[in-house]
Amino acid sequence: MATEYSVTPGKDLETIDINVNVGPQHPATHGVFRMVLTVDGEQVVDVDPIIGYMHRGAEKLSENCDYRQAIGYQDRTDYLAQFNTELCYVQAVEKLAGIEPPERAEYIRVILAELNRIASHYMFMGAFGTDIGVFGTAFMYTFRDREIIQDLFEEITGERMMYAYFRAGGVAWDVPEDFRERCREVLSAVRKGIGDIDGLMTDNEVIIARCRGVSPVTPEDAINWGLTGPMLRATGLEHDVRRAEPYCIYDRFEFDIPTGIQGDVYDRYLVRLEEMRQSVRIVEQALEGMPEGPIMAEGLKRTLRLPEGEVYMRNETPRGEYGIYLISKGGDKPYRLKIRSPAFSNLSALRAMSIGSYVADTIVTLGSIDIVLCEVDR
Amino acid sequence: MIADNAWLDGLIRMGAIALAMPLSVIILTYLERKISGRLQQRLGPMRVGPYGILQGLADTIKLLTKEDLRPQTADRWTFELAPFAVMVPVFLAFVTLPFTADLFVRNLELGLFFIIAVSGVSIVGFVMAGWGSDNKYALLGGARAAAQLISYEIPLVLAVVAVAMIAYTPEAGRGSLNLVEIVDGQGRVPFIVWQPLAFFIFLVAGLAELYRQPFDIPVAESEVVGGPFIEYSGIRWSMFQMAEFVSMVLISVLASLLFLGGWNWPLGNGAGIALQVPLIFVKTSFFILLFIWLRFSLPRLRIDQMMQFCWQVLLPFALLQIIINGWVLVYGWPDWTLGVSSGALTLVAGYLTYRAARQAAEQPVSPRLHRVGSVM
Repeated sequence: MATEYSVTPGKDLETIDINVNVGPQHPATHGVFRMVLTVDGEQVVDVDPIIGYMHRGAEKLSENCDYRQAIGYQDRTDYLAQFNTELCYVQAVEKLAGIEPPERAEYIRVILAELNRIASHYMFMGAFGTDIGVFGTAFMYTFRDREIIQDLFEEITGERMMYAYFRAGGVAWDVPEDFRERCREVLSAVRKGIGDIDGLMTDNEVIIARCRGVSPVTPEDAINWGLTGPMLRATGLEHDVRRAEPYCIYDRFEFDIPTGIQGDVYDRYLVRLEEMRQSVRIVEQALEGMPEGPIMAEGLKRTLRLPEGEVYMRNETPRGEYGIYLISKGGDKPYRLKIRSPAFSNLSALRAMSIGSYVADTIVTLGSIDIVLCEVDR
Repeated sequence: MIADNAWLDGLIRMGAIALAMPLSVIILTYLERKISGRLQQRLGPMRVGPYGILQGLADTIKLLTKEDLRPQTADRWTFELAPFAVMVPVFLAFVTLPFTADLFVRNLELGLFFIIAVSGVSIVGFVMAGWGSDNKYALLGGARAAAQLISYEIPLVLAVVAVAMIAYTPEAGRGSLNLVEIVDGQGRVPFIVWQPLAFFIFLVAGLAELYRQPFDIPVAESEVVGGPFIEYSGIRWSMFQMAEFVSMVLISVLASLLFLGGWNWPLGNGAGIALQVPLIFVKTSFFILLFIWLRFSLPRLRIDQMMQFCWQVLLPFALLQIIINGWVLVYGWPDWTLGVSSGALTLVAGYLTYRAARQAAEQPVSPRLHRVGSVM
C-alpha cells in the first residue's frame, strides 16, 4: 500500500475521513466534471466541485466573430439544447438591432426549441436512470426516442448537433414541405416514449426510495442560490421565463408550468417529465397556427452592424434561465458577450445539497441537476 | 461410481464440474447480453458467428491474452490472490451440489451446511481486492461488500434452515441437511408451497449475494465504478466475472433444489436421468432468467436502505418462519398449516414492504435532511 498506517500501542484506533476523487473521468459526472468527496465511510462530509475542464472561452471568441458567426458558439455551449441557446442569442441581437422576424420564422423557432427541450429532457431521463442504477435500460429507451427528434432536426438543418439554423431576423432557410406531417409523427412517437419512461420509472418503489427526500431545497434557498429551471420549479415556485417575461411568441400558447412541493430529486424528475408533456402541447398548438410566408426579415444587410448599446435577453432552456448580455460599440462584432449559464448556477448548490448525505445520494443529486459541462465552463 | 478408485472417481467428477462451469459462464454471458439487448431494444452481440453466438468465445480469448496489470502501489499478494479467494469457494460449493439423484461429486450428509459455509468465504476475496488495489473506489466497494454480506447472509441461512427443518424422509424422519434427502421429500409437493416466505427471503437474499440489481451496491457502476474489480484486468478480472456467473448458477440450482423440488417434482424420483436433467435445467434456467430480467429493470438501493431491509424485514420474518416451523413440527400438525401460515406471513411481509415504500413516497422531508440552508 502506498499509505502505511501504523498503530501506536496503548492508543485507540482512529478513523479518518478519506478523499474520493469523482471525475473528471467517472460514469456519473456527465462529461468532465470533477468533485472531490470527503467521506466518512458512506457519509459525505464535504464536496469540492471542480469545473473548468471544458473551458473554451466561448464568450471571448464571440467577440472576434461577427454576429452571424457567433451563432455557432451558442450551439457549443448547451450541446443538448442547441436551438434554445441559439434562439436566445439571435433574439438578443434582434432586440438590439430592432429587427422584427416574420411570423413563420417565429413559429418554426418555437416548434424547434420545444422539440429540443423534449430531446434534452429525454437525455436527462436516460442519464438519470443510469445514475440511479437502471442498467442502461432507461438510457436505451430515451435514446430511441431522442433519435427520432434528432432525425427531424437533421432533415431540417443538415446537422445532427451543431445546427446553426437560426439567424438574426429569421431562420437560415425554410423547413421542408412535409414539416407538419413529420412533426406530427415525431410527436406521436414522443407521446408514447414519455409513457414508456413514466411506466418504467415513476412508480418504481426503488426509485421513490432513492429520490424522495434526497437533497431537498426550500424556495428561499433556491432563490438565494439563483437556481432556475426545473430545479427552481421543483421547490414549488411557478417561475418560467416563457410565462414571466414572454419572448418570441410564447404568449400565444396555452401551457401549464409544472411545480413540485418538496424540491427534492424526485420532484425535479417529475417536473421534467411533465414539462415534456407541456412541450408537446406547445408544439401541437404551434403546428396548428403556423402560417405561410417569408422566413427572413426584409431589408437586412449581408453583414449585420448593430448600433451602440447593450441588451440582456433571457430564455428558458431545459436547464433553466439562459441569459445573453450583449454590449455593442457599433460595428459588426460584439464588444462583449456574457452568457449566464443556468447549469453553472444550479451546480453551485451541489455542495450544500450533498453534505451530510450518502455517497450514492450525491451521485443522484448531481444527476438531478442535469448539468451540461460545456455550458457550465463555456 | 465412474472409476473403481474413490480418489480417481472424485477427481473425474471434479474435473467435469471444473470444465462445465467455465463453459456455462460463456453461455450465460452470451445469454445475458442477448436478453439485455432484447429488453433494451437493441440486438446484442451480432458480429462473431451467426447471431453472435461465438461472442463468448471471442471474449474469453481476449481476456486470456490481455495484459494482467497490477497498480504499482497495490499490495502484491493481496491483490493477486483475491480473485482466487473469490472463485475457489464458489467452485467448492459445487462439490456437494446434486443435479440429479446420482449426478454429483460427493453427496455430503451436511451438504447444505457445507455450501452455505464455503460460499460465505468468498467475501474475503472481495475485501482483499478492495484493500489490496490501493484504490478508494475499490476500498469503498470492499467495505460495502462486507456490510452487505453480514446483512443478507443471516436471512439467507435462516431461510435455508427453515427448509432443512421440514425436510422429510421415511427413514430419518424430519430434518435433514443432505440435499438429496431434501429433494426426496418433495415428491408430491415442492417446498415452495409449504414455505413461500422462506422462498421469497431466499430469493431476495440470493439477489444480494449475487450483487445484482437492486443490490449491486458494492459494484455500483455509477458510484464506485465496479468497486473491488476496478483495478483488475485480463484473466484476473475474468475470474471475478466467472465467480459471479457461477454463483448465479449455484443460487439458481440451490433454489430449484430447495423450493421447486429439484429433479423430483413433478416427475417423481424414478423418472430416469434423461428426464431429470432437463427438468432441473428448466427450473434453474427460470431463476437465471429471473435474475437477468431483474438486473435490467430495477434501479439500485442505497446501502443503508439495503441494510434496513435485510435487518428489519427479512431477518424477523425468517425467524418467524423458523418459529412457526418448530411449532408445527413439535405439535405434529398437518403440513398444510405450514403452507397457510407461511403464505399469510408472505402477504404480511409484502404488504409491510409496500406500505413502507409508499410512505416514503408521501412523507414530508425528514428533519435530518432539512439542513440545506445552514451550510452556505
